[in-house]
Amino acid sequence: MFEWPLLSLLIWLPLATAVLVVFLGQSFETLVRPVALAGTLVVAALSVVLYLGFDSGTAAYQFEEKVAWIETFSVYYHLGIDGLALPLILLTNLIGILVVIGGWAIKDRPHLYLAAFLVLQGLMVGVFAAMDAMLFYVFFEAMLVPMFLIIGIWGGPNRIYATVKFFLFTFFGSVFMLIALIWMYLEGGSFQITDLHQLPIALNAQILIFLAFLIAFAVKIPMWPVHTWLPDAHVEAPTGGSVVLAAVMLKIGGYGLVRFSLPITPDAAATLDWLVIGLSLVAITYIGFVALAQSDMKKLIAYSSISHMGFVTLGLFLAFAIGRNSGEFAGAGLGISGAMVQMVSHGFISAAMFSAVGVLYDRVHSREISSYGGVANTMPWFAVFAVLFFMANSGLPGTSGFVGEFMVILASFHANVWFAFVAATTLLLGAAYSLWLVKRVFYGEVGNQSVAALKDINAREWVVLGTLAFFVIAVGVWPFPLIDMMEVSVSHLIDHILESKLK
Amino acid sequence: MMLLDLQLALPEIFVLTTACVVLLADLFIPANRRGLTHLLATLVLIFAAILTARLMMAPGEVAYAFSDTFVRDRFGDILKIFSYLTLAAVFIYAKHYLRQFNLYKGEFYTLSLFALLGIMVMISASSLLTLYLGLELLALSSYALVALNRDSLQGSEAAMKYFILGSLASGLLLYGMSLIYGATGSLDLAAISAGLSGSAGDSLLLTFGLVFVVVGVAFKLGVVPMHMWVPDVYHGAPLAITLFIGTVPKIASLALVVRLLEDGLGNLHGDWQLMLVIIAALSLILGNLAAIAQTNIKRMLAYSTISHMGFMLLGILAGTNEGYAAAMFYTLAYVFMSAGAFAVVILLSDGEREADQIEDLKGLAKRNPWYAFMMLMLMFSLAGIPVFLGFFAKWQVIAATISAGFTGLAILAVVMAVVGAFYYLRIVKVMYFDEPEDTHVIAAPVDFKTLLTINGVGVLALGLFSSGLIKLCVSAFS
Repeated sequence: MFEWPLLSLLIWLPLATAVLVVFLGQSFETLVRPVALAGTLVVAALSVVLYLGFDSGTAAYQFEEKVAWIETFSVYYHLGIDGLALPLILLTNLIGILVVIGGWAIKDRPHLYLAAFLVLQGLMVGVFAAMDAMLFYVFFEAMLVPMFLIIGIWGGPNRIYATVKFFLFTFFGSVFMLIALIWMYLEGGSFQITDLHQLPIALNAQILIFLAFLIAFAVKIPMWPVHTWLPDAHVEAPTGGSVVLAAVMLKIGGYGLVRFSLPITPDAAATLDWLVIGLSLVAITYIGFVALAQSDMKKLIAYSSISHMGFVTLGLFLAFAIGRNSGEFAGAGLGISGAMVQMVSHGFISAAMFSAVGVLYDRVHSREISSYGGVANTMPWFAVFAVLFFMANSGLPGTSGFVGEFMVILASFHANVWFAFVAATTLLLGAAYSLWLVKRVFYGEVGNQSVAALKDINAREWVVLGTLAFFVIAVGVWPFPLIDMMEVSVSHLIDHILESKLK
Repeated sequence: MMLLDLQLALPEIFVLTTACVVLLADLFIPANRRGLTHLLATLVLIFAAILTARLMMAPGEVAYAFSDTFVRDRFGDILKIFSYLTLAAVFIYAKHYLRQFNLYKGEFYTLSLFALLGIMVMISASSLLTLYLGLELLALSSYALVALNRDSLQGSEAAMKYFILGSLASGLLLYGMSLIYGATGSLDLAAISAGLSGSAGDSLLLTFGLVFVVVGVAFKLGVVPMHMWVPDVYHGAPLAITLFIGTVPKIASLALVVRLLEDGLGNLHGDWQLMLVIIAALSLILGNLAAIAQTNIKRMLAYSTISHMGFMLLGILAGTNEGYAAAMFYTLAYVFMSAGAFAVVILLSDGEREADQIEDLKGLAKRNPWYAFMMLMLMFSLAGIPVFLGFFAKWQVIAATISAGFTGLAILAVVMAVVGAFYYLRIVKVMYFDEPEDTHVIAAPVDFKTLLTINGVGVLALGLFSSGLIKLCVSAFS
């Protein structure tokens, strides 16, 4: 197929572009933005090549690359993707372009801003493509550095508190994963993720490893009750930071559960699935109510993200309950596929909502809902997009938001009617907080002078919002390519996790 | 036979002779030509490195000299070469500082070279006597170095403290050694080890001796509960001397620990392991928590040293070859990173005052983006964030701890690493998120800037390509 190392290119090209951008920034400031954009466009083109070359008929890892990295500890620079990683890589690289376009107007040290995002993009692709657990961990942690700087340098007034909290929370979560990985290496002699999938482990050890992974990924997703860093980070982050954080970084937590927790410790996951399901349902409902009470738009979207990510964790862990109930696994696949679709869809929708808030913030410099009112009168085009995105967020059929939620709710009926009942309340709550926000910000009379002076979106903002709108509707109307991409990998995963690997 | 002995000790003999030559030559070098002394001292290091590298021992090869009191092995050779390199870097960093603060004297070079000789003797010691001799040579040179600025009250106070506490620790160590001699009847480390493998001799006497030895070693490492001198000496000494004390002698401390506890008392592993567990745990906790409260960057780095030495001990206490290799990697990585961190502080100092407050770093990213970025990488590396060198060091010692069965201790260590990340992040925060107050241009000689760049980028490069250094450390213990 392709002789050249496509995945490596996807990781290292953004990093190389970042270095180039930093050096250009010293003397050729005008070139900085076009070069960064060109870099992300080339990466996106390569991602399309990746997509076209991907064979969705097999669960085997594709585009593999394997080079010894640290021989003494048999750590490999080992990349490869399956149907679970591919959609997230595509999402990452799409968001990468939009962030560069969205950050066009940044005035303070634009070269560093763009470089930080390019580094982040390369590292995030690395997380999804890593097939060696150490390599995964390295990418997973290294990601914190650019994000720390993005929030800290270009963030809002309370940015330092937010970024330090973000860093320490995530760092704290992930160190336990490191211990678990080293422990398994000492047991099995390998850091390869596929070897870890096969490694038999006793139940007690599995439970500890599962909890270690859960801490790491729950902080990242974030799950209730370790979510408190997210609203702070989102509120203070610059628009681009919020977009990447919500669209991709949160998904890394979900991806980690699929790639590590479920297949490495399936028995512990089956034993403790009540825990994750319980936390997910709390997140879906309680955080939904919290979102309803917010007066800050970014905070509202942040809480809505936590609530929606609850669907992801719920969908992922339904499989065991379904297996116990009926012995037939069709519903289990629906849950995991639904969770994956939800991740991608939430990537589009949250990115879109944060971009929309960014558009308003750039003009009025306020995130308070009360500073607005009747924006639709002065910014009709913008209102069209924004209303679409908030509708999608509340799960309107025909948008991507509906597909994932519907699949997960359907799957939860197979597990337990009450799960489905509680989960479905989100359709109400989501609609309530999303539409109420739309009403207060966009409709009604023009609220004040600054709203009256608003100008509609420019071409640059059109591109960002238009692209996201296209994907939100495309996935909503025709989700087949997305589901097809991961179907085989999902059923392979289910076969694997329903088989005990106790020692 | 004698000739072979001399040949094995050639680097030591060379350093001794040339240190004396530098001492004499400096008398005739006028103050405005002090650069010549610097050049001579650097040449000594280069030739010593060549001598050591040419006769470098293959893995597993060991040779004894001078009635088995002196040992040449791969472990020692690697440590010596790193000591030369580190000292050469210290010379370059220190020169800039000493010039600015009117301390540019020949004594700095001769004392450093004698300290280096002490370090080399310690590294190559195979008898309690040689070990102690090397240790004292290093210690006495260090005391004098701390007092280099004799007009400084703070410096004299620090030197006095260092001297008194150091002598006390040396006394304890010596007492422990004599007890061990009493129990085993030998000063030779190999003979002690052999003697312990059979009937354990007088076990009460041995345990007593061991406790004293461990206490003495703990002082030299600067770990809890013998850590009190570290912040005061780091703070009081002139910055260039803090840089010296914070780097090269750490390599010697590693040699001290390995020679004593592994080569000599390896069969008492069960006895000293628990002591080290407690020492390491306390150092990790106290070092990291106390560092948070510091506003002076020298003191902050001093407390961070305490915690890093605790981390290093995690590798030692495992008592396996992998563990020792991990501890060695950790020490070398730490020396590399801490040299860079002190260098940045030197870079910001301007002849009137040492820029030793954390606030002095304010807005560095705007004043000088490149060196701010170097400091950023050094700080993230010290915090143990991946892809930087420090992560791979932490990872190895934690792996060694887990494989020795101390999973709880490993968890404590990583949690403390998170606590530690806070104060390293604060440095990054001050540099990147705050506005500059001091706006004068940062100037330094070319060699200083080049070295600092190598040091900063090296933290990233050695992280990405840590495989080679790991292999080197593993080969020292096979």
